[in-house]
Amino acid sequence: MIEAENIRYSYANKVEALKGVSITIQDGEFVAIMGQNGAGKSTLVKHFNGLLKPTKGIVRVNGAETTKSSVASLSRYVGFVFQNPDHQLFSETVEEEIGFGLKNFGFRTEIIEERVTWALNLLSLTEYRKTSPFLLSGGERKRVALASVLAWDPQTLILDEPTIGQDHEQKEKLRQFILQLQTQKKTVVTVTHDVEFVAECNPRVVLMKEGKIVADGEGKKILTDPALLEISSIVLPQIAQVFARLSSLGLPKDIIDLYEAKDILLKTRERSQV
Amino acid sequence: MSVFDGLRFRKVYSPIHNLDPRVKFVYVIAIFVAAIIFSNIITLLVLFFMQIPFVLLARVQKQWVRSLRGAAFLATFIFIVNVATTYFTSNYSLTGVNVENAVTLTLRFVVLVESFSVFFLTTSPDHLGLALEQSKVPYEFAFAFTTAVRFVPVLAEEAQTIMDAQKARGLELEKGNLLKRIRNYVPVLIPLIVSAIRRSLELAEAMESRAWGATKRRSNLYALELHKGDFGLLSITAGILAASVYVHFFVTIPTIMQLL
Repeated sequence: MIEAENIRYSYANKVEALKGVSITIQDGEFVAIMGQNGAGKSTLVKHFNGLLKPTKGIVRVNGAETTKSSVASLSRYVGFVFQNPDHQLFSETVEEEIGFGLKNFGFRTEIIEERVTWALNLLSLTEYRKTSPFLLSGGERKRVALASVLAWDPQTLILDEPTIGQDHEQKEKLRQFILQLQTQKKTVVTVTHDVEFVAECNPRVVLMKEGKIVADGEGKKILTDPALLEISSIVLPQIAQVFARLSSLGLPKDIIDLYEAKDILLKTRERSQV
Repeated sequence: MSVFDGLRFRKVYSPIHNLDPRVKFVYVIAIFVAAIIFSNIITLLVLFFMQIPFVLLARVQKQWVRSLRGAAFLATFIFIVNVATTYFTSNYSLTGVNVENAVTLTLRFVVLVESFSVFFLTTSPDHLGLALEQSKVPYEFAFAFTTAVRFVPVLAEEAQTIMDAQKARGLELEKGNLLKRIRNYVPVLIPLIVSAIRRSLELAEAMESRAWGATKRRSNLYALELHKGDFGLLSITAGILAASVYVHFFVTIPTIMQLL
């Protein structure tokens, strides 16, 4: 469990990026943190594994204050995948890259071997086992970065902009993968601008603006609230836009799921034909 | 990173920022020369305090103090090495004069850092490039120079992100003996170098698609011209140089030891 209590954070240049944020993330939750650039999303999630320590307020990971632990020890529990994979790839082979974290945490060689194979398989990277990560495409590098964190099986996974540079198929795989993590009661926190991706996943959505949380709740509710999205410079998901425009027909507005939308539209047609 | 901070330009408008970079550079060189020809605490202190009005006028005192703090480590190092070498080479004895010499050398270093820091804090990379170009430095060199200066803070920021990313994978930079600690930086340096190279290739492509180097004679939107303030600074510079030469040859300045 991750708890933040009224945290504030100022960067060295005196910019206050967080102005009193409180949030509790339970184990097994899937949370999408959204908001415009500079809203403080990345600053907030960097508090969850201790990369940043709050200037004021308290952050607790599993009940322990982050100010009292090192990033390395918190990372064992909270895995953080950075937005740009090029900020972390350095090994000669994909295999070594994925094993890096495991070695740092002091896993035994046989276990490392086993976990690396598992992670490679999970993200369909097995064929690149002995390839240099620098020779892979952008999307593949992003998956290597993800695999290199998943390898030690952290309870919580923080994904910073996971869908950038991914084609539709990879996004769909990512979504399936997050759902799979959910069934294992893993916590997933993602920072993203990708409204459609969030709409497809329908997680808990936390909306931020200027260092504060402006809304926190069910994705379906928040992503269909035009007033709320407007102040955060987010557009409604396409399905919600369609339903917003069809509201004169007496259709519900809070629809973001494709299948739900289809059902409602089919039922409306049946009714009108009767 | 604090030393870099002292060299990072921030856009502020002040009489000092508006001065012609060429004139400012001549001024810095004059201070440099003066600091080299004097090896005497009093004159070096005068040189040190002479910069302060400039710093205040340019309103960069905070960054300036930070760059001095960044230089403090090297300054201490210079002081210790000097004291230690005299101590070991003069039969394990140390006199007041020896210490004074060490202080003088340290102070000289501080004056050099100080004046360069004032120059970089008040001169935008664009201005600097313009100055180089108008001093007939080939554009390729001027461009390479300004790009390098411009990328220092960018790379510093990137290094921070990379360190964060590796720490999040359990890397502990401060762990182990000296050799281990140096090795700890490999996972930081490789991504940094790779991304710098990648960035430079991208920059080259972007430049070429905007017709970089299409003509030998490049025109400029801005041209540097000398104004009143620049002539003022030039005369101050000439005054400092003349005074330094005069004092150096005709005035004996007492050392602190003699004064005591």
